[in-house]
Formats: sequence, structure tokens, C-alpha cells
Amino acid sequence: METIHLPKKLLLKNARLIDPAKKLDRTTSLLIENGKIAEIDSKMSGTKIWDLNGAIVCPGFFDLHVHLREPGFEDAETIRTGQEAAAAGGFSAVACMPNTKPALDHAGLIRWVIEQAASFPVAVYPVAAVTRERKSQELTDMMELHQAGAIAFSDDGAPVSSSELMRRALEYSRLTGAPIITHAEDLSLTGKGAMHESEVSTRLGLPGIPSLSEDVATVRDLMLAEYTGGRLHLAHVSTAGALEALEMSLKRGVKVTAEVTPHHLLLTDEAVVGYDTSTKMKPPLRSESDRKALWEGLSRRAITCIATDHAPHTCEDKDVPYDEAAFGALGMETALGLLWDRGVRAGLLAPGHLIELFCHGPRQAVGLPVPVIEAGGLVELTVFHPEETWTVDANQFYSKGRNCPFQGWELIGRPWGILKGDFWAGRVEPEF
Amino acid sequence: MNFRVKAKLADAEGVRRTLTRLAHEIIERNRGLENLALVGMRTRGVHIAQRLRTLIKEIEGGDVPSGVLDVTLYRDDFRLKFRRPQVQVTQIDFDVDEKNIILVDDVIYTGRTVRAAMDALMDLGRAARIQLVVLVDRGHRELPIRADFVGKNVPTSIGEEVRVRMTESDGEDAILLVESDETQEEDRTHVV
Amino acid sequence: MSSDRSQDRQLSSRHLLGLEGMSAEEINYFLDTAETLKEVLDRPIKKVPTLRGVTVVNLFFEASTRTRLSFELAEKRLSADIMNFSKTGSSVSKGETLLDTARNIEAMRIDVVVIRHQSAGAARYLAERLRSVVINAGDGAHEHPTQGLLDLLTLRQKFGDIKGLKVAIIGDVAHSRVAKSNLYGLKALGAEVMVCAPPTLMPRGVDALGVKVCYKVDEAIAWADALNILRLQLERQEAGLLPSLREYAMTFGITLKRLEKARKTPVILHPGPMNRGVEIESAVADSGASVILDQVTNGVAVRMAVLVLLSTPEVMV
Repeated sequence: METIHLPKKLLLKNARLIDPAKKLDRTTSLLIENGKIAEIDSKMSGTKIWDLNGAIVCPGFFDLHVHLREPGFEDAETIRTGQEAAAAGGFSAVACMPNTKPALDHAGLIRWVIEQAASFPVAVYPVAAVTRERKSQELTDMMELHQAGAIAFSDDGAPVSSSELMRRALEYSRLTGAPIITHAEDLSLTGKGAMHESEVSTRLGLPGIPSLSEDVATVRDLMLAEYTGGRLHLAHVSTAGALEALEMSLKRGVKVTAEVTPHHLLLTDEAVVGYDTSTKMKPPLRSESDRKALWEGLSRRAITCIATDHAPHTCEDKDVPYDEAAFGALGMETALGLLWDRGVRAGLLAPGHLIELFCHGPRQAVGLPVPVIEAGGLVELTVFHPEETWTVDANQFYSKGRNCPFQGWELIGRPWGILKGDFWAGRVEPEF
Repeated sequence: MNFRVKAKLADAEGVRRTLTRLAHEIIERNRGLENLALVGMRTRGVHIAQRLRTLIKEIEGGDVPSGVLDVTLYRDDFRLKFRRPQVQVTQIDFDVDEKNIILVDDVIYTGRTVRAAMDALMDLGRAARIQLVVLVDRGHRELPIRADFVGKNVPTSIGEEVRVRMTESDGEDAILLVESDETQEEDRTHVV
Repeated sequence: MSSDRSQDRQLSSRHLLGLEGMSAEEINYFLDTAETLKEVLDRPIKKVPTLRGVTVVNLFFEASTRTRLSFELAEKRLSADIMNFSKTGSSVSKGETLLDTARNIEAMRIDVVVIRHQSAGAARYLAERLRSVVINAGDGAHEHPTQGLLDLLTLRQKFGDIKGLKVAIIGDVAHSRVAKSNLYGLKALGAEVMVCAPPTLMPRGVDALGVKVCYKVDEAIAWADALNILRLQLERQEAGLLPSLREYAMTFGITLKRLEKARKTPVILHPGPMNRGVEIESAVADSGASVILDQVTNGVAVRMAVLVLLSTPEVMV
């Protein structure tokens, strides 16, 4: 994907501008100049005009949970291909998880990732490991990592299995101000599980992962967060039980935020019938009642972020029998289309709420400033068309991965790309 | 049934006369009933074998053992036919060794079913001799096989078929010359 | 003519991956064919030329003597050409993937693949990638359809009709593909099914499959016309699902003493190999109520039937 340098002045015409923070939602024109928003409702005919034909322009989306696989697993994804996938999916920034090889447990690695990402408009914010080598044995140098650019800490892919270490990490988060993102899982309850434990796993003969595995670990971490006063973020909440525990903690004033993935909002364990390994991820696709609960969690605003848990894998790791396959599914290039079509168009989400879940909630969870559509503001915008019809085809993805559980879905609403400073990056060629 | 009858080659009385003659010929050629056994090939060969057994008993006063042979497992077109097979049981309760086996079928055509039947019989034991009796020989042999006892020789063109109807399975005794029709093409394997 | 088109019997798939969703008609087609093929096994020359020129590969990624020998014998009785491929002594142990194995099979123009694999869905995985016919000889805890069919055949011979029969499946239901194939087949043919296991070996949501669930073996014995006693894998105890084998034998082992308490003695099935003295007492296995050896004979006939019916080309419409 090529980045395109914007002209000094560019007038975006017929753009539906939405910024919930500014109570803005109208179709008008927007003048951008030298990487800044110059004027809303601009009448001025700039040097160049791009007619957006009703495409939505909103503050840039931030994917709080992606796996870019570099360093170590460049055959699955690289920082660059991950950034391209992000731009194609309408994300202007991402937070990448530290389960690389070596793990991001060292300030030098954090700086390296940021440098690697600098040549492309999508900002990459590294999440550092909570424990050295993600081994759940000793804490990383959290202050140093934070100063090097780590916006949060997580051993994602695995839990911090020692409760004592998790307590200390949460205590330390009061110093850094950066949250501990927990991959809440009790590994002893997960065992060799490959999918959600249910009637479906029984039918398919696949070893099950009980909801308990997530519930028990979530409750532990919530209690540790309450006790320590630390800052906790729940990654990929997938069960009604974990949600209930979250809401109880929120009532008690615990400093906790939570995210949900598009796949947990839109798929259930029934999707595993057929043994498509793209449906294998952690936490697993849960039951219909869990799925419904997650939507309620969004509408009650207990869950304030949608994050994709974009987890590319090579064919070698996925084109195998189900229980041998790696955990993880792609997310960045389908998230917006899925949530617009099955969320907003289905009447489950207001457009402004969707934008908050993709833009505001995730940044607030890690304390990043939120882009705003106002004169003088920096350009960091997502552009997508709410009426464009398309069919999901992983073979067309910018990501190196093909492990997409939504292959073949027909959606209405499709990301075009992002405007960032004086660059455009996206799947659509701008016309000006 | 879905075919056009061109001619009735024999009615019930005709079938009875032919079977009676065949029974006489079998007894005469084998000089009695010693070591004789009838083996009918599914489906109509089984009925014909039963008729012959009754007739032989009437004529000669003695009983000959009779068995049923299903040749599905021995067919050479097993993997070519576009339909799932109906394997039916082979039931031969006597010892085949050293017997004079009279193999019974309704119509001989290509000879392939008889070839399969002989292979099947040989897997059951070493018969002293195998003879073949058919109600109709309609020609068009594809193998060097010939019946020992023939009820009727009916030269046919490729567009024709001979259908033997037996009361036990078809409600009447008759031999019909019919026009073969495309949709019935695969049924040729049953005509043989 | 003998062939009335309306009586043509059809199969819903060119593979045999499981009994889930299979109609009673289709199951009976397999059973009827197996019944007639049993006659071949009693002949002096126990061989027919039916599958001459058909190449069958037996892919056994998991140790199995019984099922593999039963398939091999069925293939030999039908004159197929056989290749055996088992986990030890093949390239699987050198890290070859199932996909590579599949591609090799394709290149060798194999007609029929019999696969036993530790992963649920492995047979389906091959079926989706090969032109060959795939027969599932057991995939993880998913299904073992030929075992299901042979158990059904054994019950049908014993009781005449399976409709209304009460069958209790006893033991490690959670990890059992045999239990699954049995319960699908039995339900399709109109039997009532009960599963009986310690709670640690009872799979979640099993009641949704339309079976009675019971945790007391004496209740199961009193209720059932037939007991299908599952083999207890000894590693279950190591995994902490059982306190000890001794305790399992005491609480779930089928003993003569337990059977004597019932008004009528149920027929005893066991898929083998048995852990005598654990899930089944020797006196029970060798008693008149046991049809365990009939199961072995029927196993060959059922596998012959499956091979015969699936080796013919698909019905062309």
C-alpha cells in the first residue's frame, strides 16, 4: 500500500462529519491545510477538491489490541503489513501486543518497534510485557518501558498466572499510570481446550474451554485491582460472567475498563461446526447468551472499547486439524464493516456510539489524547462509506494472514482509509 | 412399468410348456438326479429354479437341492454402474463340492452375469460340473459362453430387450419383446 | 424387470464421517448390506473379487489394533489392494503434516482412505481436501461411525428391532467417540438412550443430544435392555478425573452381582479392548449375556458393507 501525500490545501466535499465529542453529525465540507483542520463548512474552493459522496469522516480509530508478530514471526505479519491492514480497516493507530519473539520486555525493543512504524502513517503504540519473557516469574522494568513508549502492560496470549505478581504489577501501574491489560484465563481450567465448552463441543468432540476459565481469572484480577487501586483493562471480554463481575467492580469504583472483539459480538460456538480453524481463538467463541450479554454490556457502557485482537497466523499454523491449530483470528480489515452493518444498520448501536467504541473508549483506556474535528486540530481521521456493499474475502487483505472467520460475509459499510497529518493511507485511491 | 411392448413371445401356457421341456432335458442329459443341484440367479432365475425343481419332482419323483446366488459382489461393472448396489444374500445350504450344478437364469445376453456367477460358485466349492439353463437366449454375447439348455432363442436388435415376467415377482408368467428405452439403459445389467 | 427405481437406495454422502444426522433408511442400508455380507465370512473361500483394482489406504495416526485389523480383513475379503500407514515408522513422526499426507495420498491415486486420528474433525479435514472416499475410523472424541454401525447390527440381531429398545451407554462418555456414534445411530433408529458416567466424565450439554443422563450405574442396569460399556482410558485417572481405578471399578464397574439385582439381565456390549476388572468384570464379559464376540464378527461385515457401498461411484442424476 502506498501512502499518498496530500496537497497543501484539500477540500473534502460531501463528507458526513461525525464527532460525538463535538455533537457533530452533518454532511458538509472540510478544509484541511498543512496537516491541520483549517475549516469546517468551508466554502472556499481549495486548490484540490475530493468529493467523498457521503462518506463518513470521523476522528481516527484506535485498535487497542493487535498482534503485529514482529519481531520473530514475520511470516505471519510484519509491523508494516499490520499497519497497512490497519489503514485499510480505517484505524489510524494501533496498540501492539508484546507476545513477539523476543517478547517486548525491554526498552530497546519498545523503541525499535516505534522506529519501525515511523515510516507509515498508522501510529503503533507498543504494549510491553508485564513479566520478563512473559513467563510470569518477574516483573519487567515497567517505568523504563513506559518512558520508552509503552502505553500499557500485558502478557496477552497468556495470563499472569501468579496472583502475587499480578498484585505487584497492578500496584506498579499506579506509578506508571499505564493500565495492566489482562488476558484473563485460568490455564488449569482451560487445559487442552480448543473451543468453548458446551453442547457444541460435545457434538464436535473437541476439548472444551469452560466460561469458568475466564470468569475465575477476571474476578481475581478485578479484586486485585480494587485492593491495589491499580489500573486494569480487561482484554477481549467474552462471557456473561466476566461482564457481570466487571459491572459490579465498576459500581464499586474500581479503575477498570474493558474491550470486546467483533467476533465475540457476532459469532458463537455454532460457527465452529465445520471445524474451520479461523473460528479458533482465545477466548473462544461463546454461547448465544454470552453474545447477547456482550451487546447489553455495550449499550450499558460497561464495555467502552471495541478491539479486534487481530491475530494473523500462517497457513502452516492454521491448515491443520482443529485442535492442532493456533489460536487467533484476523480483525482489523473487517471490524468496521461488521459493526456498521450488524451493529449500526441493525439498530443495535448509534453511529456516534460506534465511533466512541472505536476511537474514544480505547484511547481513554490507555490515557491517549483523542483526536477532535475542530478548526486548528491535527488531522487524524477515519474515512468510510456507510452505503458501500462488499463481500469479505481474506485473499484481498493487506494483512499477511488469511485466518478470517467472516469469509464470504456480505456487508454494507466499508472503510476507505485514514487521513493522518498530510498523508492518506487506505484501500481506496483518493480522487483529487 | 415404463416400456413399450413390441411382441408377446410367450404367455403363461407357453412358459409352462417351455419349463416342462427344460426339466425333461435336464433329467435326460444328466441321466437322473444323482448329484444334481439347482442354483437360481437373483431375481427371476430363483423363481425359475423353483419351478424346475417342482417339475423335476413331478416327472422323476425325487427332490434336488436348490440354492440362491447373488452375483453383485462378482460383477465386472461394479464400479461403473451409476447406482448404489443392492447386495442380497447368497443362500446355498448344500455342499457344492462334486455336485452337478444347474445354474438357472431368465435371459442370457452378454454372458457377463454368467461369468460372475461361475466365479461366485467356484468360491463356494469345487463343483463336478456347471451347466447353464436359461429361459431365453437373446444373442449379443460378449464372452465365449453358451447355455446348455435354452428355452427360446430370440434374436434381438440392439434397440430391443427381452423381459421375462414371473408370477412370483411380476404377477404373471410371460416373455415379452420390448423396445429398450434410454431411462432403462442401466437395467440391462439385470437382463443379461 | 427387477429394478424399480423407487426402491433404489441412496447415500447422503460419498464419505462416511459420522452417524450424526444420518437417516434411519441410510443406516439400515448399511446394516442390511452388512447382514448379507456376513455370509461371505462363513464360506470356505472367504473372499469375493468386488473391490479388485480398488486401492485402500489405512491411515492410523493413533494406536489401534482392533479397528485396523478389522478394516484390513474387510478390505482383504473384498480383494482390495491395501496400503498401511501408521504413526510409528512413517514420516508423521518426522513432522509431516496431515495436509502433506493428504497431498501424497492424492498423488498416489488412492481410491479409499480409512483414517484414525487423535483430532476431532480429521476425517472431515481429509474429505474436504481429497478426491478419494474417506472413511472415519475414529477422530478424537468426535465419532467412530463403523463402531456405531456394528453395535447397531449386533443389537438388531439380538433384539430383532431397535425401535423402542432401551440402551445405556456406561463409562467415559466425555471422551468417547463410540458413545457419540452409538447415540446418534440409536436415536435415528428409534431407541431410547441413557448415558451413565461419573460427573467428571460426563460431557457438558449432553442432555441436548436427546439422551437421559444418569449418575448411578444400578439405575442404568435396572432400566436398560442393553448396556454398552465403554473402555476406560487409564490416563483419565492420571488427569485427575478419577480418584483411582479401584474406586471406578467399585462405583461404575459392571459386575455379575450388580446384574443379578436387575429383574432382567441386559445384553452386554463392549467396543474393546476391555480392561477386565475395571469397567467390566471378567465373569460378565464371558457370560451368556455378552455379545462382545458377535461385535467383532459384525465389525468385519459392517466394514465390508461400508467399503462396498462407498466404493461405487456417486449416483448421477
